[in-house]
Amino acid sequence: MRIRFGFVVLLALGAIFSTAPAQAKKLNVVTSTTDMAALTQEVGGDRVTVESIAKGYQDPHFVEAKPSFLLKLRQADLLVTVGLQLEIGWLPPLITQSGNPRIQVGANGYLDASQFAEILDIPTGPVTRAMGDVHPLGNPHYWLDPENGRRVAKGIAGKLGELDPADAGYFQEKFQDFDKRLTTAEQKWDADMKPYHGRKVVTYHNSLPNFAKHFGLNVIGYVEPRPGIPPTPSHTIELIGLMKRENCKIVMVEPYFDLKTPNSIAAQTGAQVVKYLPSVGGEKDVTDYFKLFDYDIALLTKAFQATQ
Amino acid sequence: MKNLITWAGVAMLFTIPLVAQPSNTPSPQNPPDSSAMEQRIKDLEERIIALEGQVRMLKATPAAAPAQPAAVSGPTAAQAQVAVPPPAPTPAEAPPVAPGALPVYGGASASAKALNPDISVIGDFIGKAGGNSVQPTPSLEMHESEVGFQAIIDPYARGDFFISFGESGVNLEEGYITFTALPAGIVAKVGKMRSAFGKVNMMHNHVLPWVDRPLVTNNLVGGEDGIDDAGVSISRIIPAPKGLFLEATGQVFRGDSGTDDSPVFHASRDSDVSAVAHLRSYADINESTNIDIGLSYARGHNELGTDFLTQLYGIDATLRWKPLRRSIYHSFVGRGEFIWSQRQQVPTEQRAFGFYTSADYQLGRRWFLGGRYDLSDRSRFANLTDKGGSLVLTYWPSEFSQIRGQYRHTSYADNISANELFMQVIFSLGAHGAHPF
Repeated sequence: MRIRFGFVVLLALGAIFSTAPAQAKKLNVVTSTTDMAALTQEVGGDRVTVESIAKGYQDPHFVEAKPSFLLKLRQADLLVTVGLQLEIGWLPPLITQSGNPRIQVGANGYLDASQFAEILDIPTGPVTRAMGDVHPLGNPHYWLDPENGRRVAKGIAGKLGELDPADAGYFQEKFQDFDKRLTTAEQKWDADMKPYHGRKVVTYHNSLPNFAKHFGLNVIGYVEPRPGIPPTPSHTIELIGLMKRENCKIVMVEPYFDLKTPNSIAAQTGAQVVKYLPSVGGEKDVTDYFKLFDYDIALLTKAFQATQ
Repeated sequence: MKNLITWAGVAMLFTIPLVAQPSNTPSPQNPPDSSAMEQRIKDLEERIIALEGQVRMLKATPAAAPAQPAAVSGPTAAQAQVAVPPPAPTPAEAPPVAPGALPVYGGASASAKALNPDISVIGDFIGKAGGNSVQPTPSLEMHESEVGFQAIIDPYARGDFFISFGESGVNLEEGYITFTALPAGIVAKVGKMRSAFGKVNMMHNHVLPWVDRPLVTNNLVGGEDGIDDAGVSISRIIPAPKGLFLEATGQVFRGDSGTDDSPVFHASRDSDVSAVAHLRSYADINESTNIDIGLSYARGHNELGTDFLTQLYGIDATLRWKPLRRSIYHSFVGRGEFIWSQRQQVPTEQRAFGFYTSADYQLGRRWFLGGRYDLSDRSRFANLTDKGGSLVLTYWPSEFSQIRGQYRHTSYADNISANELFMQVIFSLGAHGAHPF
């Protein structure tokens, strides 16, 4: 009898817990960066609310762990992170302090999006900090390859369906639609970039390996001597020499870096500084994942035309 | 098991093309459909990427099961092929295999290391010129070597240990478990920890913007270690009007804090526990500027005995500015902490007050300039007031080291003044810690 009572209680509890998410009309998703937010929005449609912690014009390595972010996190059903230690300096304490069991690492509402993407620059030998602020798990700037955008969107759609089974079909439909639009857009981007296949560029930080791989750019050097280490005079001179030898005419810089060194490099090599956007929201009108590539590719093709 | 999964994965990668080949061989009448072929390759690529991701995740998640001795020999190809059909690897108890990801230095198996906590060591070296007869410090000192072990314990908790090695002697600075999955948004900590009394009391030496701690910490709140005790802490975010963050923290400790020179609490009996309460409010003024105001209260028994109480009241305020578009180049932090101490002793209760105000401005990516003004009565002799001022310049070669110079002038109550010049080098090894906020 007692067993049966316990069973009933368990069933009732199970019913309460299982119906709880179904009652919540919209899934509350918080993402670490705007790119993950944009992809979640694509597949989540109007069945989710999405908010990003970092802004698109902010260096994602150096976000401050502001308590106001805890207010967002404590309500979240799902936390989507870029992973690969990009957020290691600020996200772990926020997750711990959020008091939200759903989004703790390993819980069902924690999604490390890097598991879906093709990751480059995974160190094969021993890693030391003499290499600068290296990411021992690989380069975390993987969202700048549209193929990875598709993979991550698919992964997020799957996760959303898992958390909200009633809408799983809807999320899959949204993904199929996104997939189609992305394929069309990709054809245009690929065509726009095709004439510049193999062009040499220099970037400020090593944040473009996936972009370069997809669009066939050849990154020959970085303004930073090592990841996370600000430019030094000797390295800058070396880089100028390299760019002259290799006839490299493009310096790509994220909006949150100082333009002084890139500008002086450009002045001495006849190169153009391209202030590209690494993330959605870097400029006001770059509001989704498609516009991010539209913006960057327009900038790049213009610069390539001007320099050759 | 994970070994097996990896092998299975590798085997799968090799077997798929093998299986696929016969059907792909172009028969004379059927010319190869290159687009279908391309699609096949693409699908294959997708599967590899998905598989790589799964392997990365498996490596990263700690398995709950006890570590088993490394597999005697890798599974044979035949075994692996048997394992191919179920494409989704079954999550199972096994030591993760980490080829490539974790360098093996000592010959220990990589799988054993994958479960290790994040380990960090932070060195804090201080050199000094100038004399100070009231608070003497050595001329050259490896002030502290702080070893940190941090890991997620299970889906419900994480653990943090900070063990501080002086040149002689070891001190458990903090060691606690944090329960992160409690109901009702409660976060609980159990262990030894720096209490939530104000701002500076929570900070480890290496995250302070100065070489030393303010006079008010030394005179009223127990010196370098401050209120740092074994006990239980419970905190929760309190619902507040939109845009305002409120968090309440309540802590109960054994009741032993401070040093012989700077005692705060002392438990003469088991029931002489101390308690700390903290209310933190925070608001974003705009995306670059925010304000953080805290109220603190601490109560405990002092070294004179069970009948003698010490109570501390504190207000802290911090204004931060950091423009997001230039966040790595410029920032400003202005801070003040005001503390009142009420200490029962013979012949009369002593009511002391002290505060510091400080400002730190980031000049460039690597340079910080700061200043601090100090004033504090002494807890046992409230009529004696010490004053001081400091000027600080910090250089960060990278995120993992800093070099700091500080000039400090102090006018002690007994008409003794001291001028000192400090030089500090802080360097951190190992796991990337969180940036202080």
